Amino acid sequence: MQSGTFHTNYASDMALRPYWPQRIRIVLVIVLVLAFPWFADRYWLNLANTIGIAAIAAIGLNILVGYTGQISIGHGGFLAVGAFSAGLLAARLNMPMWITVPVASLFTAGVGAIFGLPSARLKGLYLAIATLAAQEIIIWVLNHGKLLGIGESLALSRETTNIFGIPMIGNTDFSFYWVIMGSLVLTVIFVSNLFRTRAGRAFVAIRDQDIAAQVIGVDLFTYKLLAFATSSFFAGLAGALTAHYRGIISWERFTIDTSILYLAMIIIGGLGSVSGAIYGAIFMTLLPAILSNLARALSGTVPQINSYLPFMQQGAFGLAIILFLIFEPEGIVKMWRNVKDYFRLWPFSY
Amino acid sequence: MAGRNGATLPEPQMVIDGVSLSFGGVRALSEISFNVYPGTIQAIIGPNGAGKTSLLNCISGLYRPQEGQIRFEGRNIIGLAPHQIARLGIARSFQNIELFRHMTVVDNLMLGRHVHMHSGVLSGGLYWGRAQREEIAHRELVEQVIDLLEIQAIRKKTVGALSYGLQKRVELGRALAMSPRLLLLDEPMAGMNSEEKEDMARFILDISEEQRTTIVLIEHDMGVVMDISDNVAVLEFGLLIAYGTPDEVKANPRVIDAYLGREHAA
Repeated sequence: MQSGTFHTNYASDMALRPYWPQRIRIVLVIVLVLAFPWFADRYWLNLANTIGIAAIAAIGLNILVGYTGQISIGHGGFLAVGAFSAGLLAARLNMPMWITVPVASLFTAGVGAIFGLPSARLKGLYLAIATLAAQEIIIWVLNHGKLLGIGESLALSRETTNIFGIPMIGNTDFSFYWVIMGSLVLTVIFVSNLFRTRAGRAFVAIRDQDIAAQVIGVDLFTYKLLAFATSSFFAGLAGALTAHYRGIISWERFTIDTSILYLAMIIIGGLGSVSGAIYGAIFMTLLPAILSNLARALSGTVPQINSYLPFMQQGAFGLAIILFLIFEPEGIVKMWRNVKDYFRLWPFSY
Repeated sequence: MAGRNGATLPEPQMVIDGVSLSFGGVRALSEISFNVYPGTIQAIIGPNGAGKTSLLNCISGLYRPQEGQIRFEGRNIIGLAPHQIARLGIARSFQNIELFRHMTVVDNLMLGRHVHMHSGVLSGGLYWGRAQREEIAHRELVEQVIDLLEIQAIRKKTVGALSYGLQKRVELGRALAMSPRLLLLDEPMAGMNSEEKEDMARFILDISEEQRTTIVLIEHDMGVVMDISDNVAVLEFGLLIAYGTPDEVKANPRVIDAYLGREHAA
């Protein structure tokens, strides 16, 4: 614990970042995020946007799995609900994105709460199987979605990508960067605040000791549904942003592989941590990109390497998850904390 | 049978009326009836497996007895969910510590304020304004509990990293943070050394005297029970075999046979 900082009122004691090294770091991160798009090319902007969307969804999943302790393998399905509800509103009703994104997020929150109903009776692995059913039902509906008027995929008109009527012209990667990062920043602030107040504490109480949580007055059923709804809200936000950013969506993007990828993200990044979800999103997005760049660089010396690339990427995912579970089950967050602790005590490491 | 003053009997705060509880063929409680009077320390003693914790679980809503009533301040609470019973002002601690291990001491105590607070997911996420004001107001009350239990130095520590005795104290604090009208303590001194037991007994007496909180206490240490409690109920094999002041219970031949042993009587 940091020493030498003295609080004279409860507001400063409860601040999210009470210590000056934390404040310097957050300023550096903000500067980096603001400066990045002016120097990055389209390839890196696309990667940054992919990371931003993944981070929003991973934070959402962490609310449910990491903080509330309710395992869900239906997150891909909830992303799909967000993407397709935003997509349908935009494609069929020509609604602009500043309406479709919030509406789709709220709608996904409702769908998430409905699929959270089994959590009243089921815990752990049994609940995981129930959420797997959610995943499969949602994808089945979208796959057979003739009623909804979805074919193989859904294309969104570019006219709908505007904010309060101001069209996002020119380089869409560049303009979407600000929309996505803005959403991510709001998500981070909202979720960080949530977990230092009453409702967030109740979520963590359910994870740590559900019987004691009941006895101090937490209504388990209500709060589990709230956790599902809040988590799905951010899945819906990420899905809706994906729909508008890609301009074309199909159910294949949201299969169970996606659900498991997001679980891997929060395990590798750090369960029950907002920054952990972001680290996980960065790691899991950059890993395949780095591998494919590596393969391209080596294709001169090893000619067949490109045909092995998909296998290598899959293998690297699996390897990363296994290595993290063995060597750092608390994820990248813990590794980063170890680094900070080392330098705080440096040069006297005792 | 009443409080230490021995004045006329006040209205009981809680009436346990013919409570019977079975698990399949096992009868854990048989027609238990006794009253708990406001502001008193009510001890429940008995050998292992007598049904003491089962009775507490019935009161806090974790078990549902098949027969009988438990009336708290005139209202039958059997059938209410545990969180509804908490809202009526009944708090408890557990025999095996059931704290939120990964949270800090302050957060554990703030969870004790849960029923008295109102902000939800939305106002909590927006924080600045209503939720922050509420957090600060309740943090002040939590700090009073921290002062009472003398745990200032560990308020920001993660509970899982604390010693057993301190965890027991934090668990008492969490129950106390609920500002309960009835406090159920399940073996608050189990596994403690004599110094820690003295501290705990002092806290329990402080709570009883300063806040006039009614306390129902399960404890095995006869010395402590006889010293601090106003009334004692003795259970054996799910039956209430004696009820009265510590002196009355100590003199009861059935209690001596069942529990205290012959030397104790001498």
